[in-house]
Amino acid sequence: MDFSLSPQAEALRQEVRRIIAATVTPEMRAECHRTGTFDMPVVVRALADAGIIERAVPGLGRTDDPIELWVLFNEMEKAGVPFDSMSVALMIAGVIAHVGTDEQKERILPSILEGRSRVCMGYSEPDSGSDVAAAKTRAVRHKDQWVINGAKMWTTMAHVADWLILLTRTDPDVPKHKGLTMFILPMDTPGITVEPVYTMGTERTNATFYDDVRVGDEAVLGEVNGGWRTMTVALSFERGVMGGTAPGVALLRHFRHWAEKSGAIRDPFVRERMARVAIDNEVAKLLTQRSAWIAASGGQPGLEGSMTKVFASEAYQKASRWFLEAAAPHSLLQFDEPAAAADGWIEYDARHAPVTTIYGGTSEINRNNIAERHLGLPKAR
Amino acid sequence: MTVDLGLSQDEQAVRDLFRTFLTKECPPSVARDAEGARGFDRELWDKLTLMGATGMAVDGATLGELVVACEEVGRAIAPVPLVEHLVASRVHPVPEMCDGSTMATVSLRPSVNGIWALVPAGVEADIVVGVDGDELVAVRNMPPFEGPRNHASAPLADRSTSGHRIVLGPAAGFGKVLAEWQILTAAALVGIASAALDLGVDYAKARQQFGVPIGSFQAVQHGLADLPGLIDGARLLTHKAAWADVRTAIDVDDSSVEDQIALASMAFVFASDVASHATDRSLHYHGGYGFAREYDIQLYYRRARGWALILGDPAAECRRLADRLFGGQ
Repeated sequence: MDFSLSPQAEALRQEVRRIIAATVTPEMRAECHRTGTFDMPVVVRALADAGIIERAVPGLGRTDDPIELWVLFNEMEKAGVPFDSMSVALMIAGVIAHVGTDEQKERILPSILEGRSRVCMGYSEPDSGSDVAAAKTRAVRHKDQWVINGAKMWTTMAHVADWLILLTRTDPDVPKHKGLTMFILPMDTPGITVEPVYTMGTERTNATFYDDVRVGDEAVLGEVNGGWRTMTVALSFERGVMGGTAPGVALLRHFRHWAEKSGAIRDPFVRERMARVAIDNEVAKLLTQRSAWIAASGGQPGLEGSMTKVFASEAYQKASRWFLEAAAPHSLLQFDEPAAAADGWIEYDARHAPVTTIYGGTSEINRNNIAERHLGLPKAR
Repeated sequence: MTVDLGLSQDEQAVRDLFRTFLTKECPPSVARDAEGARGFDRELWDKLTLMGATGMAVDGATLGELVVACEEVGRAIAPVPLVEHLVASRVHPVPEMCDGSTMATVSLRPSVNGIWALVPAGVEADIVVGVDGDELVAVRNMPPFEGPRNHASAPLADRSTSGHRIVLGPAAGFGKVLAEWQILTAAALVGIASAALDLGVDYAKARQQFGVPIGSFQAVQHGLADLPGLIDGARLLTHKAAWADVRTAIDVDDSSVEDQIALASMAFVFASDVASHATDRSLHYHGGYGFAREYDIQLYYRRARGWALILGDPAAECRRLADRLFGGQ
């Protein structure tokens, strides 16, 4: 095996670092935590201006090395730069590149690749999360238009997004996976309402409502009633490579700074746990690189992505709990409190960590995938 | 030069060779028959010598190739100290280590009052490489051919530092020796974990309760589904440690660790955890039969612990790793 980055990937790493250093300010970080909208458009535009976004979109053929995609997200995550919004944009750009029409590619891709527009995802509904194919939001054909009615949950970034990717039911009379159609439409289409949902982890997400939203065939992404295939393409990009597998790196860094300042670094028990977190961080990194490498070798790292996500999110939760305990009681204090351990980061991570085993496929859904498709165990449901 | 996480052609050839050989020559009954105070199968060792396995390091095999070989040894829980012999023969390569006439091993601890305590393969090895005072030495003397009965039926024995003695260098040279022992032991533990998972999955598919295979129950599925990612992670980390050089540049704030000493320690600690966890889950899903001596999973369960804990408390190893990563106290 070879674990060295190619010279191109190493150059990309340096470029991403340079851009982050040149654009991210402490005020931007504070703004994210004040508003709950975790996004830094300035950084995304700077990355786009350098051609990095276009290069990173899976399937556009600008690079044959998904390790570059890993480098991009890994650097952002380690630096504490919000990446979720960019990850959605790249994923949807990848889906458009795979299943979109030429007209959609011309109309929608450029603004995403230039870092000018943001995308949100309407998959989950009030009554369907893990069972995402049970979506009830209806799209009904009316002459040359589709009329959409329903509600979506967890449409993060909907309040600032330009585009919405929307999973709908177009045929209620066939098995649930066969009657779905995916749409991509502008967020300013009449009939869409966005209501905020505030979370324990500061991040603001949304509930969105669709009342007689009318779009034409140009909004159908993939085939009519082929929405599940479009969904599968999107999910294969999502899990494992596009960030979310390295939160333990910044957490360990923040904790170590506190431990050095407080003297806890001399505690043998604290040192043992720090070493264990460093090991888990290394494993999460290698599993993520493996997904990227499989994709680079022409494979679909869906199952490996499931393994990576389960491991990285659960290791992060374990580390978050250890450090919250080890730095207690000052770990309980929040940002801007002078006595807060690690400036409040440990407290923030303790609020953020729980969502990571839920969003983007719960640990249970990922374990089902691994059990059935990797281990070949009989279907449980 | 770019990330390539597949086995090289040579590594694939080594894997195929060892897997074919051990599947035929070393079913679990071989480990079972070697249980007891000796913990060693001379016939298997001689066959491995004929195959060229014991001379691999002297013949210039890469550390990555040895990792692949040792994973197969672990998968077969083969009662032969190939890990120790290969590590010793990398630091002290002598031709008679190839022809089967000389077995070598390493002491994991410095000598105390002229004794190396609980040396792996100490029961059989002709040469022990270890730290004695401020020197790294290789000592040839008579092995005891039996040792204390232990959890893993491993051929452990105390060994004297007196005998025909060659100084290999200052004691500091032991750091690299220990790292290589950790890497190859981690590989063997990955093999144990992988075999335990296969046993557990096969059993969960075959065993019926309530009229269905127990592997159709989600509680069982999820306990097993955790394991492949852990095993793959341990294997990747072990290979990364084998690929790395001894460097001092570590930037843990950036999760950039390419130092072989640190990576070897990481791989060893993680693979130990994974082997312990995988054998625990697999044994548990065997139900009462898992606890029965007649079933093989208990052989893997005890070796997962015994092969790792011979180095001492993993918490102490983590603190040693912390010194390397974060600086001394």
